[in-house]
Amino acid sequence: MQTIISPLVSHRLCLAPAVPRYRLPNIYHRAPPSIRLSNHRSTTSPCLFSSAAASRDSEMATEDVQDPRIAKIASSIRVIPDFPKPGIMFQDITTLLLDTEAFKDTIALFVDRYKDKGISVVAGVEARGFIFGPPIALAIGAKFVPMRKPKKLPGKVISEEYSLEYGTDTIEMHVGAVEPGERAIIIDDLIATGGTLAAAIRLLERVGVKIVECACVIELPELKGKEKLGETPLFVLVSSAA
Amino acid sequence: MFAVENGLQGDPRLKAISDAIRVIPHFPKTGIMFQDITTLLLDPVAFKHVVDIFVDRYEHMNISLVAGVEARGFIFGPPIALAIGAKFIPLRKPGKLPGKVISEEYELEYGRDRLEMSVEAVKSDERALVIDDLVATGGTLSASISLLERAGAEVVECACVVGLPKFKGQCKLKGKPLYVLVEPSQFDELTTL
Repeated sequence: MQTIISPLVSHRLCLAPAVPRYRLPNIYHRAPPSIRLSNHRSTTSPCLFSSAAASRDSEMATEDVQDPRIAKIASSIRVIPDFPKPGIMFQDITTLLLDTEAFKDTIALFVDRYKDKGISVVAGVEARGFIFGPPIALAIGAKFVPMRKPKKLPGKVISEEYSLEYGTDTIEMHVGAVEPGERAIIIDDLIATGGTLAAAIRLLERVGVKIVECACVIELPELKGKEKLGETPLFVLVSSAA
Repeated sequence: MFAVENGLQGDPRLKAISDAIRVIPHFPKTGIMFQDITTLLLDPVAFKHVVDIFVDRYEHMNISLVAGVEARGFIFGPPIALAIGAKFIPLRKPGKLPGKVISEEYELEYGRDRLEMSVEAVKSDERALVIDDLVATGGTLSASISLLERAGAEVVECACVVGLPKFKGQCKLKGKPLYVLVEPSQFDELTTL
């Protein structure tokens, strides 16, 4: 299957030969390199090329120097074509969870970024946000707040509706879980259209919480999810062509 | 088996854990005193106690995989897996896991449900732990044990934060031992939040 490259980055082709391999960042120009996931699970490292769109719109976990942990994390993610329906290239993080080093590194990258920043709330979106959020919360000494589908939380909740391609969905949080003035990060495994994260932001802002950042393992930049997050910054580890 | 029966009698962490769990009466239906662990997650010290007690127990048992039951098992399983250097495997409701899966049906009070596991995630002879927040009938945990055994793993133990008192002593689920931190908390009318 073809890897779809957006027009914005098509001129910045990977300089690697036909077999994609990891490249050192110093051959690229100013924009920090991002990792593009190969569209099948391969044992070779993913093709590395710079993405002006990604560097402008979301912060990659690669500042001036490529963190060596990122390539391993990216290559541990499996892509499943046509799941849950035809045309969708599903980014499967369960294979990352089977790679103990990659999972540890994923958490470490987020913890390094968010410790000592006065963050008292880590909000995780059901269900894969529940996998990444708690280890981060425990490491930085913050509360973990699950944000759930309707009717799962037993106590009094506040809800926020958001649009789907067809219809709407709702995300809920317990009343009293957070207090006005707290500083939060919101975690999910992946940002696609940004609808869920935008709803999570609105829910927390309604109760006076300041969202410092949204953090995801994977971004699908062509879906422009970042644009839905308003002023809230987005931090991702890897970027994938949809 | 409860933690107090196995060396942790008088351990103040258990009281802290129990006190942090909120009881919601009549959820999801009349008569059920729901053990709400979300308040435990709001207490970073108590949450860490849970993880520490499980990690102390399992870190030298040569466990290579921790299976967590959707969705609250996803909260407790990964921190334990990370600390003991094991893989984490999510056991999920039908249709959520991509790739090749096996599924196991189990009884609910009314009707049946199904749990799925990625069959490629497990190698033969792996030593596994199953984690969930609470054990009531044992139906979900039994289905989890079946899935792992069908894939060739050896289930060493099932571990839960909360368990009904009937799981005291050498109680086993499908022949496997069960380890529980606390009994259900009592409803306190004065609890706000």
